[in-house]
Amino acid sequence: MADNSAAAVQVNAHGEAHNPALLHHFAEPQQQRDAASLGMWVFLATEVMFFGGLFCAYLVYRRWYFGDFAAASKTINMGYGATNTAVLICSSLTVVLAVWAAQTARRTLLIVSLVITMLLGVTFLGIKGIEYREKFVEHHVPGASFSFDKVPIPGHPGQYANPRHAQLFFSLYFVMTGLHALHMIIGLGIFLWLLTMAWKGRFTPEWHTPVEIGGLYWHFVDIVWIYLFPLLYLIDRHP
Amino acid sequence: MSMPTPMPQPERENYLNKEYGVWSWLLTTDHKRIALLYLLSITFFFFIGGFFALLIRLELLTPAGDLVQADTYNKLFTMHGMVMVFFFLIPSIPAVLGNFLVPMMIGAKDLAFPRVNLLSWYLYIIGGVMMLHCMLTGGVDTGWTFYAPFATNFTNTKIVEAGLAIFVAGFSSILTGLNFVVTIHRMRAPGMTWSRLPLFIWAHYATSIIQLLGTPVIAVTIVLVAAERALHLGIFDPKLGGDPLLFQHLFWFYSHPAVYIMILPAMGVVTEIIACFSRKRIFGYSFVAFSSIAIAVFGFLVWAHHMFVAGMSVYAALVFSLLSYAVAVPSAIKVFNWTATLYKGSIHYDAPMLYAFGFLGLFTIGGLTGLFLAALGIDVHVTDTYFVVAHFHYIMVGGAVMGYLGGMHFWWPKISGRLYPEGWARLAALIVFIGFNLTFFPQFILGYMGMPRRYYDYSHMPEFQVLNVLSTAGATVLGVGYLLPMIYFLWSMRYGKPASDNPWNAAGLEWKTASPPPTFNFDEEPVVTWEAYNYEELDAPHSEEVPVGR
Repeated sequence: MADNSAAAVQVNAHGEAHNPALLHHFAEPQQQRDAASLGMWVFLATEVMFFGGLFCAYLVYRRWYFGDFAAASKTINMGYGATNTAVLICSSLTVVLAVWAAQTARRTLLIVSLVITMLLGVTFLGIKGIEYREKFVEHHVPGASFSFDKVPIPGHPGQYANPRHAQLFFSLYFVMTGLHALHMIIGLGIFLWLLTMAWKGRFTPEWHTPVEIGGLYWHFVDIVWIYLFPLLYLIDRHP
Repeated sequence: MSMPTPMPQPERENYLNKEYGVWSWLLTTDHKRIALLYLLSITFFFFIGGFFALLIRLELLTPAGDLVQADTYNKLFTMHGMVMVFFFLIPSIPAVLGNFLVPMMIGAKDLAFPRVNLLSWYLYIIGGVMMLHCMLTGGVDTGWTFYAPFATNFTNTKIVEAGLAIFVAGFSSILTGLNFVVTIHRMRAPGMTWSRLPLFIWAHYATSIIQLLGTPVIAVTIVLVAAERALHLGIFDPKLGGDPLLFQHLFWFYSHPAVYIMILPAMGVVTEIIACFSRKRIFGYSFVAFSSIAIAVFGFLVWAHHMFVAGMSVYAALVFSLLSYAVAVPSAIKVFNWTATLYKGSIHYDAPMLYAFGFLGLFTIGGLTGLFLAALGIDVHVTDTYFVVAHFHYIMVGGAVMGYLGGMHFWWPKISGRLYPEGWARLAALIVFIGFNLTFFPQFILGYMGMPRRYYDYSHMPEFQVLNVLSTAGATVLGVGYLLPMIYFLWSMRYGKPASDNPWNAAGLEWKTASPPPTFNFDEEPVVTWEAYNYEELDAPHSEEVPVGR
């Protein structure tokens, strides 16, 4: 009992969970790993519901105002979206490499993978920023200066999109991609922390849970984008 | 003459006396200490919410709007609702009793993520401070449901701040649920199989599922409301092509299941109490366990019964009406199984049991009137009347708060290591029961006769005064009933008789450790070799069971 409490005090005094030792309230390392991984999966389930409310709103309005949404969707740059999709898929690969490197005690590969992942994340945010800037210049940001005049509805010659409904599209576009970008920024923070831990050589094949669950989080944020891209960029696009 | 404090000498080291000082509490990761932090904070918010309720009842004492102005009255019932729902009822049993008991009942040393648990309390406090600030600087006047487009486009009150307070407190609720799910899956002691779990645990597991899957939806709804107010996006504004009904759908997708966040843990508490004070294994264990899960699942499919008159399709209304009836089935399964447990039990009328009986009666009334409201025809007649107000107070106050108080009495010896004064406690239980019915039963009649909710002035219908006077009188009695336990609990912390490890001779791992428990709950890791609620074995004269780790 005394040993246990001493261990607990030590963990508390050190603050963050960088102690690779077994935390006092777990019986064995396997239990601790399982708990952490289940915790992240459960958290991701809440994230699915968080984005789910937005997807629900999007689907309602897309069905009601399909032509207007298609017209609005055509004004955002598919090239940026496609590039960003590729960037994120590559970053998922480097995350998997990082986890494998941690499992097999390849410290250099771990650090390189984490750095490349973060660079890809920053690239994504940079492209997103350029895209937002374009929207701002074109007055496609919802609000007082929003304007969407005489934009034709694809496939319906002579018909123009209703600017109010197009504004709904852009509202959802900014809220959804904005919250996604916020998740990316949080992900970068997590990976920065993982990088410092990896730099100090804290991860071992026996204990690298943070890399695993940080990776889970990163994959989830990627997957959200995999849904956002076709829904926002590819409405009624035809060659 | 002052009583000497009866300190048992030498005192065992426990979670209360292990460390002293403010920081040992504010930085604790012990689930039991965090439970006490929650207990203090939710009690504080309970009295704030209660103060608003008192002012509402005083205003309605006379038909004329004479105590407060219309605007003030709107803010009173809004802040009453927001504080009571988000800062008292939702955290009440899970964050206090659940936090204290979930690890102990399954034989764990702590929750899976102790620091996340502390974070969740801090999030609650941040949300609470924001809500207090919002109240002190003007409050909100939309009703706790903050419907669009009134909340998004018209009111000038502090919607965004209140919304953010709820957003932050919501994450506290999510983290509590996350901790419980992982703890129940991964931290059970050897031998503690799923079918040996106390039903309190099953109830909290079901509650956690709702917290996890429902709360994010209201969070994102609040984000949309805030964006709408800041930028006039039009998402909920029909003038701009948006749909106010979408707001109601998103809001109730969380806020209906939120009722089950309040009532399911209370059902868990009542199950423990009824088994203990009938000295019987709970009747139909697996039915009671799975009915909790069924309530959580069905609870997600009934939200639109709040919107029958909002302009929804009649076919959707029919489906939601039918599904609302379906959710009554698992609730009824529980009530019948509790009743069957009582049958031929050796019933003891201690204070926790009185609260459990109160719960049984009041929850049944609240549940059955819920069926009235699920019926389309009657719902159209009584929508937005006091009938609805009475119905949900029977569930939330008659059900959830009765369960909470019953649980506080039942586990108080374990929490504090002291016995509360039984006579006073029985008296308080009686006062609460009488006060509650006097307050809310007249409101069923008022509502059925057509008194609308949220009116501060009913001078054109003075015939409603008698019932309103009864209701206000009842609220006063109820207030006394709530103050009493607070007073004697505090009193017992100093002057109460020291409690033995198992004063109720109850089954369950939490009673096999010391009162109050040591920091890691058990001196030795418990190994479970018996079924849940083995009261017949406990009471058999020859079996002298040796408590674990002593």
